[in-house]
Amino acid sequence: MTIDTTLPQLLRRNAATTGARPAMREKDLGIWLPYSWQRYWDETRDLAAGLAAAGFRAGDKLAVIGENRPRLYFAQLAAMCLGGIAVPAYQDAIASEIAYVLGHAEVSVVVAEDQEQVDKVLSVRDQLPHLKLVVYDDPRGLGDYEEPILKSFKAVQEAGREFAATNPNRVDAAVDAGKPGDLCLFSYTSGTTSRPKGVMLSHANLLSAADALAAAEDIRPSDDHLAYLPMAWIGNSLLSMALHLRIGFTCNYPEKPETLLRDLRELGPTIALAPPRFWENTLTAVLVRAGDASRAKRGLFNLFRRIAERAEMRRSAGEAVPSGLRLGLALGEVLVYGPLRDQLGLRRARWVYTGGAPLGADTFRFFRAVGINLKQVYGATELAGLCSAQADGEVDPDTVGRAFGGTELRIAENGEVEVRSESVFQGYYKQDEATRAAMTEDGWLRTGDAGFIDRRGHLVIIDRARDIGRLADGSAYAPQFVENKLKFSPYIGEAIAFGDARPFVTAIVAIDPTTVGNWAESHNLAYTSFQDLCSRPEIVDLVREEIRKCNAVLPEAAQIRRFLVLNKEFDADDDEITRTRKIRRGFVAEKYGAVIEALYGGEHEVELSTEITYEDGRKAMMRSTLAIADIDEPGVPAPLASRPGEPALSAPRAFPENADA
Amino acid sequence: MALAAAKRSATVADGPQLVVAGVSKRFGGVRAVDDVSISVDAGQIASIIGPNGAGKTSLLNMISGFYRPDSGSITFEGRDITHKRPAEIAALGIARTFQNIALFAGMTVLDNIMLGRHVHMRSGVLSSLIYWGLAQREEVSHRARCEEIIEFLELEDLRKQPSAGLAYGLRKRVELGRALALDPKLLLLDEPMGGMNQEEKEDMARYILDVNQQWGTTIILIEHDMAVVMDISDHVNVFDRGRKIAEGTPAEVQRDPAVIDAYLGAGHARVSEKAA
Repeated sequence: MTIDTTLPQLLRRNAATTGARPAMREKDLGIWLPYSWQRYWDETRDLAAGLAAAGFRAGDKLAVIGENRPRLYFAQLAAMCLGGIAVPAYQDAIASEIAYVLGHAEVSVVVAEDQEQVDKVLSVRDQLPHLKLVVYDDPRGLGDYEEPILKSFKAVQEAGREFAATNPNRVDAAVDAGKPGDLCLFSYTSGTTSRPKGVMLSHANLLSAADALAAAEDIRPSDDHLAYLPMAWIGNSLLSMALHLRIGFTCNYPEKPETLLRDLRELGPTIALAPPRFWENTLTAVLVRAGDASRAKRGLFNLFRRIAERAEMRRSAGEAVPSGLRLGLALGEVLVYGPLRDQLGLRRARWVYTGGAPLGADTFRFFRAVGINLKQVYGATELAGLCSAQADGEVDPDTVGRAFGGTELRIAENGEVEVRSESVFQGYYKQDEATRAAMTEDGWLRTGDAGFIDRRGHLVIIDRARDIGRLADGSAYAPQFVENKLKFSPYIGEAIAFGDARPFVTAIVAIDPTTVGNWAESHNLAYTSFQDLCSRPEIVDLVREEIRKCNAVLPEAAQIRRFLVLNKEFDADDDEITRTRKIRRGFVAEKYGAVIEALYGGEHEVELSTEITYEDGRKAMMRSTLAIADIDEPGVPAPLASRPGEPALSAPRAFPENADA
Repeated sequence: MALAAAKRSATVADGPQLVVAGVSKRFGGVRAVDDVSISVDAGQIASIIGPNGAGKTSLLNMISGFYRPDSGSITFEGRDITHKRPAEIAALGIARTFQNIALFAGMTVLDNIMLGRHVHMRSGVLSSLIYWGLAQREEVSHRARCEEIIEFLELEDLRKQPSAGLAYGLRKRVELGRALALDPKLLLLDEPMGGMNQEEKEDMARYILDVNQQWGTTIILIEHDMAVVMDISDHVNVFDRGRKIAEGTPAEVQRDPAVIDAYLGAGHARVSEKAA
């Protein structure tokens, strides 16, 4: 496949061919308002003209910061119209993170959603020498700002229309001049181990990834897609921009992140991509509601859930479903599965993807079992999004499906997955060394993920290549595998497991405040704060029970022996997880070094002083004493310490640096 | 933004918007409000502070028509409202919130806010029943206005939720929304931040400032949190035991010895003066 067009050229074509069809729908003042393709193009063209009038030239960078909103797409496309580069940033990043990305990308124009984002940008403007213009969408609260570089979206478009009166062909000519190989998007990686890197992508990269997905999956112009992912995530750019422009379906923008579930139900999207976090939270919400239901309803739910999961396990193993189970399924469809899908807003969904991180098999199985066509996909920012997906009828929880057409996969000696395709990126911006390190000598991309290709030709991802460790008994150990089992528990929000070069596996657990809060309420457990709740022995017991359940399905060597319930959630503002909610393993291991030593040192409590960062960047120190619990026989000394022949636990080896420094 | 269209210009060119002149109110032997005069200019944020029982809420109740003053007069935009009924006063453009939240528990957030539009509804019982023509158009325009308020107060995710189940801080916000639905010229807020945590207080302060800025609404605020009062007020009135003991800008009031006496007890003012 050769790509012979650019994203703005596609937008202009869509406006010309299907101009009246809705390209987007945005919920505003409680009503879904459509934007036609013609309007998408008009708004983009006017903004592009306004940017041109303000001196924006080919190769300049424009950043967008905010929730998924049509105007932020107009802005990205407007930059691309002029041969510029769009740089979507994470909307919940704190000012210093924004400063790094905008500064590194040498951004000259920022389009910000609202006052909050404008404030962040203005607070770091002295670190942004290239910044010339800040455009805002929502004027609220910005009335008395007297910043000459601050302009409203409408004002820039108005200036654009004036500019177009004297330079009528400026934008069209620039769109015509665009070439598929031109850079159009810098997608900053979420940076699990280091500062974010700017992945440079061309029109051809994005469109070839979109074409490959379109060839592998059933995607129609009549589809409804819910665009709610973080703008900066490559999965969003691929689906809500490249694929959207290529296929011409409708992207729908929810009112606010808080209304997502309600909007999802109102809309009933037909296709969707969501990170594992979304599915985990949704399952937790379903289980909580089922738990709160009357006894009869709860019994019904649990009965039909078991039936569905048993049937699903047979199906994914390729076995026939016996007629008794089939009868149960038919009954369950009417009583449980259909209404559940409807409640979740997934009644119309032909397929939904989970990607970005591994999803626990049990979560995956649940959604499949109730009739939601959830499939795993795999990709990377450096691959302009996705490179493999499961085909219908070949779905199981362990694989991420077959590589798309035009994508070649191979497994390197060290187990790392390597990819070659037209979508492979153009390099990291201003980081040639990192670019060289990411590519093999013969031009394949090193994904950094360890995996293998199974008998059917499906790719199986085990973990990040650098995280794979060895347990005391010499068996390979993938911490994510353990963590995903833990996270299946509705009470566990996040978890991080340790075990590489250690005598046994331990975990730091952050509880889910909602479900544990509900549990505490229904068990008459009084508590004052989240911290207090976390330190309650009842909660430690609750978590212990959950870990025991999880241990039952883990190989003996990988079973968790000791754990600690953290008195806070892992937070992206504290750098513990990325904005896409991946654990930053090396950082956490360092930050909680004392805890890890205590986990392996046989102690029963540990002094912890952690720095927490508020949303507005303020920092505070939190000091506390946390209890360390054993899975077996709580209260007695660590079982392993008393056994002869075990490594001396009181003097553990230094924790290995498993992060790339 | 559509909200800007609703912005009101100050209606009275000269003189204060609200004048309370020599108002007193007694309950039996208790002088709740004793010969109090205040004036508030259009577009101001004016605060009333003072210890418990200073007569702050009683004064608000008289402005909004819940109490009749024993003596004195209250003038709003040049019109005497001393003896008007609460509904008449609301129709003139004075809205209020209550210290103890007064929402309809079984109704949704949206319906509670729609109630605030009642003074603006013109269609009668019959046409509303048939739901045709005027009634329908009215409903649409009132709903649009309420949606603007919901967006303004960031209540989108709760619009269909019954107000009873909401957290305290949110119910306070809904109550503010209902008051705003009147499109008031003067908004009386009785401890809008009472019982809130720091974050909720900061949010509420932001809303109050935004209401004042976007619509030019005059605001009279009763509040105990001094940091908030000093931060957002243009003018502060200090009450103690039914009387006004000081007024001025936040800075002036903070230096006033009478205020320090009222808050810390007599004699402290001199001590702190010496210390300073």
